[in-house]
Amino acid sequence: MQQEVVLALLAKEPAHGYQLRARLRQALGPLGDAMNDGQVYVTLARLERSGQVTCERAAGDPDRPDRKVYGLTAAGHRRVADWLAEVSWPKPDLAEFHLKLLAAAAARLADPIAIVDAQRRELLRRLRDAERAAMAEPEGSEPALLFDGIVLRLQADLRWLEACERVWTRRRSGRG
Amino acid sequence: MRSGDTVMLAARGLRKEYGRDDGLVRAVDGVDLEVLQGETVAVMGPSGCGKSTLLHLLGGLDRATGGEIWLAGKRIDRMRERGMAAIRRAGVGFVFQAFHLMDELTAIENVELPALLAGRPPRAARRRAAELLDRVGLADRARHLPSQLSGGQRQRVAIARALTNEPLIVLADEPTGNLDSEATLDVLRLFEQLNGAGQTLVIVTHDPRIAATADRLIGMRDGAFIDETRLTGVTGKRDTASSFGTLVNLDG
Repeated sequence: MQQEVVLALLAKEPAHGYQLRARLRQALGPLGDAMNDGQVYVTLARLERSGQVTCERAAGDPDRPDRKVYGLTAAGHRRVADWLAEVSWPKPDLAEFHLKLLAAAAARLADPIAIVDAQRRELLRRLRDAERAAMAEPEGSEPALLFDGIVLRLQADLRWLEACERVWTRRRSGRG
Repeated sequence: MRSGDTVMLAARGLRKEYGRDDGLVRAVDGVDLEVLQGETVAVMGPSGCGKSTLLHLLGGLDRATGGEIWLAGKRIDRMRERGMAAIRRAGVGFVFQAFHLMDELTAIENVELPALLAGRPPRAARRRAAELLDRVGLADRARHLPSQLSGGQRQRVAIARALTNEPLIVLADEPTGNLDSEATLDVLRLFEQLNGAGQTLVIVTHDPRIAATADRLIGMRDGAFIDETRLTGVTGKRDTASSFGTLVNLDG
C-alpha cells in the first residue's frame, strides 16, 4: 500500500516532491513529522524505474531533486484506480497477547492479571498521547480525524483487556 | 505545574459501610489517598466499585463510617454540618455526570449561583460568571437555558460553575459519562487547561479517555485501591510518532 499512497498523491496533477511531502504532513499532522523526507524520493525513484511515474526537470537548477516534477503514467493511474477499488483493512492481531496469557497461566511463570495490568498501563499512556495529539489539532482537521480513529481503537483494546481481566480473575479464584 | 509538594487533599483509612451483619456492604474499604496541589488524579474502576461513594466522602456530600479526610491541612470529616456546608460551597467544586444544572436558570445564572450563595456582591458574581463562561468557550451562550444547550455545552457550564468560588479542589464524577466523542474531547481539553493552570482535580470514571489525561491513575475494585500508575512525570512527554508508528511506511 505504501507506493500507492505516493501514486495517489499524484493522481490529481503532477507535483514536486516537496509538495508531496507537504501534503502528507498536512494529512498526518505530527505523525507525518516522523517521516524521513528521503523516503518520498526513494519511492518516487522506484516508481519511475517501474514505469508508473514520469519525471520532468523543470527549468532552473537541474541538479536539485526538488526541481523535478513528477506525474503518473497510464500504468500509474491504473494502479491508483485498483488501489481505490480494493477493500482491505488491518486485521486485529490479538492472538499473540492471548496466547501469552494462556502460557503464563499454564506454566505458572507469571500472573496473567499482572500482564494485563502492565499492558493496560501502556495502552493508557498511548491513549493519553493520542488524546493530547488530537486536542492539539483543530477540530475537523485531517489529523484530528486520524487521531479519532487511533483513540477509538485504543478504547476497544482497553475494553478487551477488561474482559481478559474479568475472565482471568475468575479463573485464578477457581470460579472459572 | 505542581507548587512544591503540598498535599491538597488526603484521606487515611477511609471507610464507608452500609447495612450490618450479613447485609454489611463495604462501599469504601480502607482508602489512603494523597493528592498534591496542582495534580490531576483519576480513580478508575467498574461501576459499583465504590468510586462515586469515595468522591462524595471526599467532598463532604456524605459522611464516612471511619477514617480521616484532610483538605488543605484541615481535617474536615469531623466538622459540623455548617462547616461542611462552607467547605462544599467554597472549598470544593463538583462536576457530575448528569450536569445537575438548574433548568429554569440561564447558563450565566447557573454559573454565578454558587458565588451568590457564598455572599458575593451580585455585580462581582456576574462578572466572574461571564469570565468563566468565556473560559469554557460559551460566552455566546450565556443567556441560553440548559435545555437549549447540547450535552457537551451543559457539562462545560457545569465545569464553569464548579470553578466559580475558586475551589481548592475540583471533584468530578464521570464527567464524560453522558457525552458523545466530540463533546468528550471538549471536556478533556477543558480539564487539560485546568490542569495546566494548576487546578487540583480528582476525577472518578470508567472512561479510559478522561482517565488517560490524569497525572496519576488509581485502579479501584470492591471499595479498595488496587494499583497506581503515573502517567506523567517519569517519562515526560513522548514523541507522538514513537507511540503510534509512522502509519505510512513509504519504503515498501
